[in-house]
Amino acid sequence: MTANAIIDINDLNLYYGDFHALKNVSMDIPEKAITAFIGPSGCGKSTLLRTFNRMNDMIAGTRIDGTVAIAGTDIYSNEVDVETLRKRVGMVFQQPNPFPKSIYDNIAYGPRLHGVTDRRRLDEIVETSLRSAALWEEVKDHLKRSALSISGGQQQRLCIARALAVEPDILLMDEATSALDPISTLKIEELAQELKDRYTIVMVTHNMHQAARVSQQTVFFLNGEVVEYAETERLFSNPTDQRTEDYISGRFG
Amino acid sequence: MKAKTVDKIATGVFIGIAAFIVLLLASLLGYILVRGVSHISWQFLTSPPQTIREGGGIGPQLFNSVFLLVLTMIITIPIGIGAGIYMSEYAKPNKMTGFIRLVVEVLSSFPSIIVGLFGLLVFVNFFDFGFSLFSGALALTVFNLPLMVRITEQGLKGVPLSQKEASLALGISKWTTIRSVMLPVALPVILTGTILAAGRIFGEAAALMFTAGMSSPRLDFTNWNPLDAVSPLNPFRPAETLAVHIWKVNSEGIAPDTPEIAAGASAVLVILVLVFNLGARMLGRYVHRKFTATK
Repeated sequence: MTANAIIDINDLNLYYGDFHALKNVSMDIPEKAITAFIGPSGCGKSTLLRTFNRMNDMIAGTRIDGTVAIAGTDIYSNEVDVETLRKRVGMVFQQPNPFPKSIYDNIAYGPRLHGVTDRRRLDEIVETSLRSAALWEEVKDHLKRSALSISGGQQQRLCIARALAVEPDILLMDEATSALDPISTLKIEELAQELKDRYTIVMVTHNMHQAARVSQQTVFFLNGEVVEYAETERLFSNPTDQRTEDYISGRFG
Repeated sequence: MKAKTVDKIATGVFIGIAAFIVLLLASLLGYILVRGVSHISWQFLTSPPQTIREGGGIGPQLFNSVFLLVLTMIITIPIGIGAGIYMSEYAKPNKMTGFIRLVVEVLSSFPSIIVGLFGLLVFVNFFDFGFSLFSGALALTVFNLPLMVRITEQGLKGVPLSQKEASLALGISKWTTIRSVMLPVALPVILTGTILAAGRIFGEAAALMFTAGMSSPRLDFTNWNPLDAVSPLNPFRPAETLAVHIWKVNSEGIAPDTPEIAAGASAVLVILVLVFNLGARMLGRYVHRKFTATK
């Protein structure tokens, strides 16, 4: 499982002020596969996800020790440029959050500000990104329309396309389907399946069935600790830890 | 009493209060307009005032009011927006920023006559800008700056965190995020607030008597060189605004048509403020539509 790890976490502790949110977390996350984080609310799964693109930096009073290395580089070292890191590690959020701009401008936003000015190149990026997010066919005739005019599920795929447009290696999905209806959820899950051949995907979900359906590895968190990390099939069929078994059989959480 | 009856009474009372306010406003506006509008003419709007004879106009005062507004906003907007951005996005929440916020609040509720005297001491005398448009603009900046800071701060705070995160997560720097995502979203709020703040400048008199002065030198409206003493654009000349003129005419005017002039000037001022505020709303809505690409 650690043969081709892209994210390597070593003895990570994270504190929000006095609150110890992550306790001695160590794990390797393999590339070009889907890894799911599950666990009850407040167990630290989103917190860990947000260390991968350093979104926790925005929260005052956050303190970290231990290392998080992506492709061999400690992303919390001083030489690392947060903007470059975030270009490589894209993120999709719980609520679809398109900018109040046109569909086209939403996708072109990242590349444009990262220096792509050529109109034809931008058109190309917009098309490939939307195709990758399985949205092209639905919106290709009204790219100039407001991104707020499409449905919630489409908006979320637009956000995925927007993240893909800056060509990341890793895609973080922070409960990306929890605000969506079942059909849209299914579409995003299918999309994740397609994307995993080209991207490393780490998803946080409070829906165990989703983790079972789409991921190759699953990590179960409880109170800031990793309880169990295994291949998805194994974790759900034959958990080794009693707490994991209690959680997946619905006894708490 | 039954809940339904109470509800009906409460509704009635609130409607009554609302109607009273509307009536008050309508009668005030109506009184000023009815008294003044008949005196407004092209000649009244363009000719200079007369001290003793009949038929004086408000041309220079009208121009001064508008010019002073532009001048004040040129100073206020960049500083106010800059400070607002700092307060909302960069300042860490601690005692110091709390203190700054308090100072800003206090500053905005300062009596205008005090600001006027402060302007007289500091801008007019100490910095030796004299009774001038520039001194007036600085005094008005003291007024409008707190408002501007607060408006910008509120506008930016109103931008959903998810928008900011979306941009940052794409590897866009903080400043670029503020510029290209947050400011456009906040712009309608900032714009409307700015114009409303600007509208206050029209009505301000007390702070200007001691700073911009109460006289208007002879202006040559064919001379647009800002460095020339008789040019209307020269910011270092004394300039009586419309509001100050109304006050002066009312208190020490000796021309026989003084009441008419005061009434006419008041009507012009009220109309100006009205047009300005309505314009602010329309522009705010237009900009909001434009920036959010909603059709």
